[in-house]
Amino acid sequence: MPSSAPDIAAGRLSPAEYAANFNDIHPPLDQHQALVEADRCYFCYDAPCVKACPTSIDIPLFIRQILTHNPIGSAETIFEQNILGGMCARVCPTETLCEEACVREEAEGKPVKIGLLQRYATDTLMEEEGEQPFERAPSTGKRVAVIGGGPAGLSAAHRLARHGHDVVIYDAREKAGGLNEYGIAAYKAPDNFAQAEVDFVLSIGGITVEHGKALGRDITLGELKQSYDAVFLGMGLAGVNALGLAEEALPGVADAVDYIAELRQAKDLGSLPVAGKIVVVGGGMTAIDVAVQSKRLGADEVTIVYRRGQDKMGASLYEQELAATSGVVIRHHAKPAALKVEDGRVIGMTFEKTADQDGRLVGTGETFDLSADMVFKAIGQTFVPGALNGAADAIALDRGKIKVDEERRTSISGVWAGGDCAATGEDLTVAAVADGRIAAESIHRALTAA
Amino acid sequence: MANLASNFIGIKSPNPFWLASAPPTDKAYNVVRAFKDGWGGVVWKTLGTDPPVVNVSGPRYGAIHSNDRRLIGLNNIELITDRPLDINLQEIKQVKRDWPDRALVVSLMVPCEEHYWKDILAKVEETEADGVELNFGCPHGMSERGMGAAVGQVPEYVEMVTRWCKQHSRMPVIVKLTPNISDVRQPARAAMRGGADAVSLINTINSIIGVDIDNFAPIPTVDGKGSHGGYCGPAVKPIALNMVAEIARDRETHGLPISGIGGITTWRDAVEYMALGAGNVQVCTAAMTYGFRIVQDMITGLSEYMDKHGFSSVDEIVGRAVGNVTDWQYLNLNYVAKAKIDQDLCIKCGRCHIACEDTSHQAITSMLDGKRHFEVIDAECVGCNLCVNVCPIENCITMEPMTSGTDPRTGFPISNEYANWTTHPNNPMAKPVAVVAEPAE
Repeated sequence: MPSSAPDIAAGRLSPAEYAANFNDIHPPLDQHQALVEADRCYFCYDAPCVKACPTSIDIPLFIRQILTHNPIGSAETIFEQNILGGMCARVCPTETLCEEACVREEAEGKPVKIGLLQRYATDTLMEEEGEQPFERAPSTGKRVAVIGGGPAGLSAAHRLARHGHDVVIYDAREKAGGLNEYGIAAYKAPDNFAQAEVDFVLSIGGITVEHGKALGRDITLGELKQSYDAVFLGMGLAGVNALGLAEEALPGVADAVDYIAELRQAKDLGSLPVAGKIVVVGGGMTAIDVAVQSKRLGADEVTIVYRRGQDKMGASLYEQELAATSGVVIRHHAKPAALKVEDGRVIGMTFEKTADQDGRLVGTGETFDLSADMVFKAIGQTFVPGALNGAADAIALDRGKIKVDEERRTSISGVWAGGDCAATGEDLTVAAVADGRIAAESIHRALTAA
Repeated sequence: MANLASNFIGIKSPNPFWLASAPPTDKAYNVVRAFKDGWGGVVWKTLGTDPPVVNVSGPRYGAIHSNDRRLIGLNNIELITDRPLDINLQEIKQVKRDWPDRALVVSLMVPCEEHYWKDILAKVEETEADGVELNFGCPHGMSERGMGAAVGQVPEYVEMVTRWCKQHSRMPVIVKLTPNISDVRQPARAAMRGGADAVSLINTINSIIGVDIDNFAPIPTVDGKGSHGGYCGPAVKPIALNMVAEIARDRETHGLPISGIGGITTWRDAVEYMALGAGNVQVCTAAMTYGFRIVQDMITGLSEYMDKHGFSSVDEIVGRAVGNVTDWQYLNLNYVAKAKIDQDLCIKCGRCHIACEDTSHQAITSMLDGKRHFEVIDAECVGCNLCVNVCPIENCITMEPMTSGTDPRTGFPISNEYANWTTHPNNPMAKPVAVVAEPAE
């Protein structure tokens, strides 16, 4: 093969193979399976799983409701705490949250399948009822602007609408849903679930979505503060970390999040070009997601290279195993040294091996090369504070993200924030939902205070 | 392998596991399959007069399930055999001839007139069956016609019919008792007076097992209506065990052979019945749930158990626990036990804590130094055993008797003296000297 023709091609697989590879990774439980699994729950006192859930869903109660043939009541228990309980049931790293805390994990190393049971209940309600189960309180006449229609924004908007406030969501993209729509791996939420869930959340009424409106570009915080009674910032992370190497902008080098977004929006996966040999730099969920999806698109060799050891990877052990069983190779303790370039495009990378020395990561000087026609950067996303230009006062940051207090109030009066753009917990869908709900309750208290 | 051979009122079988009179023993086909799988004997499904009864052609059973649909209790509205008497008798004769080492007892239910009993006994004797069992138990259907439980609920009838049967037959007579009565000792004593060789119990418990809450009718529902039926299966075992023990320790009936019936599913259940006085056991629901093959575990399990305890005959088990069944008033009120949680086995589900906290004695912690930790507070623990029962881990919580020192709950020193309610100062009827439970004989 002449070196000038990179091995990047669409349609590497048959339509049936694409369908199989991107099908539901965790098929839902049927009723029998759900009842048998629900019977394993011990209905613990002050249950550890609830404490481990960022949205504090009453897990023993919702499982008991499944057991008594009350799946609708079960779903209401879930949605009361987490209106995006359907997506969280699909994408939560339960193995490091509720299921890790399950006493049956301690008892026999096999936790109750809480995530799948949550999906059983929420799917049942969404399929049988269609609409979300809550009613709006009488209108308060108060108006709240929500920036970003991702998990944090949707959660905040729904809770505010429930309390009778009128909400306008400003979303920079064509569709609401945020990373649920553009970010997570396709096989975790097939059948356009992200949009179905957006419709479900919005069915409460009182929420308007303005698409294609980005803060700092189309609207400013100053204007919003003037025309709304409160503002919630939930716009996520717009920036992507760079490798810090020369020629990073050359063809063949891409941000993992952009490629995943393209994949998620592709009408036909067969139209998406993918390389034969791919290198992914990073160690988090995004690295796993882009690697596994590339492999499932038909890439021959996909290698994740992470600069630290396996135990330091941001991706859960479960996700690492998923990568391994999908045929992805993970190499630890190696950092990018240089991009190899030929004819103006990337043909591979050079890595330097690393070692932990007195708690610090150092290069050993030993290098190795990996050939690749595509290199994905998955080394983290960052908050871009520039979007907040126009704020009356500069907003306080904490470790590069918006600083908030326990109620998710920012340093600017009348402005709350949550989700990935705020300095709260982990960057997880479920954490964003918790932020949105907590902020909405705080906003509600502020707006209704005598 | 221990010797499981059983001799129950002269009826020999290779093991003490019989199938009870019920659908599994309605025809030669089923009985032969049971014998092939190793059952020691059967009580043939109840014969009646010709023309035979008819059964409903809709649902005859209803059930209570655990949450993962393990069958815990079964209820039925099936009547006695609906096959012609002659066919049953021919099959009984053939099966007994083909399986001479197995026990074959025939269950009977005919109207309460002497000639009916005399007539059918002669026909059964002809088959060379090992004995008869008088069905005074079925609480549904037949009882509306003055048979089954309608007889078993009147001790005088029980005695009368038993006497007829002993007069008109040389076969051993087992009287099957209904539990649908306030004091099971009364019909047992009546059977004994009538000359019964043994009693068997329990027959099924009168019941409505459930209601269809969409169509508002009892289960099982036959064309929109339901009727009370007979309840059996693991759920009835505690009721049956008590009735067996009541008869075993009654002064009048002590020593009367008992065939134990009611929810026996495993060899362990069988041992419990035998310890409380049953000479053998009869099984139905377990076989109807899992098939006949379960007897293989019952045989090996009982054998291992007997070897472990050094028992050379099943008779050595029979009645071993009867002397330890007593009245509440004779229980030792000086005995003090405290729950103890094995922290290595504890999985921290907290069920013991919430059960004790909400519904009992506030004697189990939930936290220690800010950490989830479940531990018994001896100063509050009354030794009730609830925590042991709700704990999902076997042997994680145990009851430890106190043998010395002071009970931190009451402040009283632990006494090794036996003291019961009969002399307790709080008892208005207290006697000056403690009455010790007297043995039945």
